[in-house]
Amino acid sequence: MNHRWNFDAVWANPEALLAGAAGTLRIFAICLVLGLSLGLLVGLGRYSKRKWIYLPASAFVEFFRNTPVLVQILWFYFALPMLLPFEISPLMAAALGISLNSAAFSGEIFRGGIQSLERGQWEGAQALGMTQGQAMRRVILPQAIKRMLPALTNRAIEIFKMSTLASAVAYVELLQQGKLIASIHYNPIEAYAVIALLFFVFLYPMVQATYVLERRLRQGD
Amino acid sequence: MTDTPTPVPSAPLLRVTELRKQFGPAEVLKGIDLNVAPGDRIAILGASGSGKSTLLRCLNFMEKPSSGRVELGGSVVGTERMLRDGRVQTDYSERELTRVRQRVGMVFQQFNLFPHMTALGNVMEGLLTVKGLARELAATQARVQLARVGLADKADEYPARLSGGQKQRVAIARALAMEPELLLFDEPTSALDPELVGEVLRVIRALVDEGRTMLLVTHEVGFAYHFASRVLFIADGVIHEQGTPEEVLKHPRQARTQAFLARHNEFNF
Amino acid sequence: MYQWDFAPVLANSGMLAAGLVNTLKLTATALAFGVPLGLGLALLRLSRFRLLSLPAGFVVEFFRTTPPLVQLFWFFFALPILISVEMTPFVAAAITFSIQSSAFFAEVFRAGIVSIDRGQSEAARALGMSGAQAMRRVVLPQAVKRMIPAFMERSIELMKTTTLVATVSYADLLFQANELAQKTFRPLEVFTVTALIYFVVIYAASLVVHRVERRLATSGETTVH
Repeated sequence: MNHRWNFDAVWANPEALLAGAAGTLRIFAICLVLGLSLGLLVGLGRYSKRKWIYLPASAFVEFFRNTPVLVQILWFYFALPMLLPFEISPLMAAALGISLNSAAFSGEIFRGGIQSLERGQWEGAQALGMTQGQAMRRVILPQAIKRMLPALTNRAIEIFKMSTLASAVAYVELLQQGKLIASIHYNPIEAYAVIALLFFVFLYPMVQATYVLERRLRQGD
Repeated sequence: MTDTPTPVPSAPLLRVTELRKQFGPAEVLKGIDLNVAPGDRIAILGASGSGKSTLLRCLNFMEKPSSGRVELGGSVVGTERMLRDGRVQTDYSERELTRVRQRVGMVFQQFNLFPHMTALGNVMEGLLTVKGLARELAATQARVQLARVGLADKADEYPARLSGGQKQRVAIARALAMEPELLLFDEPTSALDPELVGEVLRVIRALVDEGRTMLLVTHEVGFAYHFASRVLFIADGVIHEQGTPEEVLKHPRQARTQAFLARHNEFNF
Repeated sequence: MYQWDFAPVLANSGMLAAGLVNTLKLTATALAFGVPLGLGLALLRLSRFRLLSLPAGFVVEFFRTTPPLVQLFWFFFALPILISVEMTPFVAAAITFSIQSSAFFAEVFRAGIVSIDRGQSEAARALGMSGAQAMRRVVLPQAVKRMIPAFMERSIELMKTTTLVATVSYADLLFQANELAQKTFRPLEVFTVTALIYFVVIYAASLVVHRVERRLATSGETTVH
């Protein structure tokens, strides 16, 4: 191996990397909020007794869990505009793809969390005269959320990693900037290594924090 | 088929000197000295946490002694070296320990049968993998052992289909198949329903009649009385009292031994 | 009102079929290397020697935490320069996904092995087996049975992840779809059909996984996820 590693060019213009980081955080935030809130609706929908809610929700989950995210992103970017009178920006396409995908996965997490509570909780709330909605809001969800927190934080970490897929439609995030630097300075070895390291340095503490969180929650049971 | 080794009159089969075992800051064994002659049957009694299981597990090196010496068949296990301050430290190599464990058999409280093998498979596993016997030969010898514990007809059953007592008997056959010089039993009946205890104790009795050298950690005081040639009462990590069953179990001299036996004889009518 | 026209897609279905074959080829190759590599990493991580367990742990954590697309770009663009070896897109992709999936498989293996009762390895060692023999004859056979559902799920994940190669111009199904869309100017039909193809293949695979899970559950095997 006679390559002389040189990271200077990568750090030479930090604005490029900062712009990338900003883009990554922006799309992450959007997809996290959209994905989890839609996921909650979908999860509750799969729990419903009414067929016209249950079936679409299930179809949604099955479809978006069993198709690759990148396919969805490209569909939103290239295919959807054919049906609409307006353009779809890279951000919109990527955000739609990642959010819907995450909604499907987090929907399953929500459903599992609700289901994991014993019947006794429902019955206790019912005996007090609560409606199903009140029971869900006051008794079931608060407990379920505690159990679902580790899986949900894992999902958030996955969403963060998926932000790199937005580079496929040229959205400005970290990997896209990495590609830019590599093409300008001809240093893909250092450029992509730095991007990988940036992700690792940011995400690894998060991953460890979820383990700690998981242990702490399990103790409380 | 010969299964008892010819006893060497001079050297004890097992000699333990000043055995100590520490787990972190806690010292569980505080200096055990023990001689086991061929044909000895030693029952080890004691309260929970007294160190009796730890002692047993040190004898086949499932736990490595913190200090002290273990001699098997006259030779020291491990390599001893002198530290600068005069203390002796023993280094144990895994390779030597695996060889030791081929000579010392163990039967566990939780049986620990291999669920993915039949009873026959369990009994012949040691012969096949450790001793390297051919499959046919290993199977034949295994069948003999299963017959000895009365389970020849269960050879092709998986452990999940066996009762607790049957599982423990298979475990004993598995240990016997290795033709060990010394057999260790770690509370072999403690995990069994009362009505299944008898069948296991009967098998162990039969081993007594063969003249096997055995160490048995147990709560079954009555059985210990009939089984043992010597009884050890362990308390606080040392041998508190030892002697013949008549001495220790019927006429204990130490107060703690008496207290222990009083608690355990509550239901002996 | 948009006029749907699937004719161009059907006319060029051969292109898509070739892409699907490549997707399956890449997935199978990555699995073939990733699983044994994952087992090796798991055993290293479980080793008593920190010299072995720490680097293995680092590799696993690094490849699980960094985004797969970044890994792919590095292996595709950077590695050939670094070791002065020319690589086809397939090779670069195969290397990336073998290593990437091995990190995840390593965790599945490790969880499976650790879930086996300690008494099993104790009994094995009490018979005089070495650590390696105990692992090979007693622990691993039981662990593997438990890990089958998790394995299958990870394999399906792998199939989904391979779509990333479309960005480095390996002719997998998604790449072919993109080419076809540009050629026929019918992105809506092309991508919709492509999405459906992926859905059918992956959904069918996940149904197989569920069937296997149910069969294992009824036979009394606990499973690890």
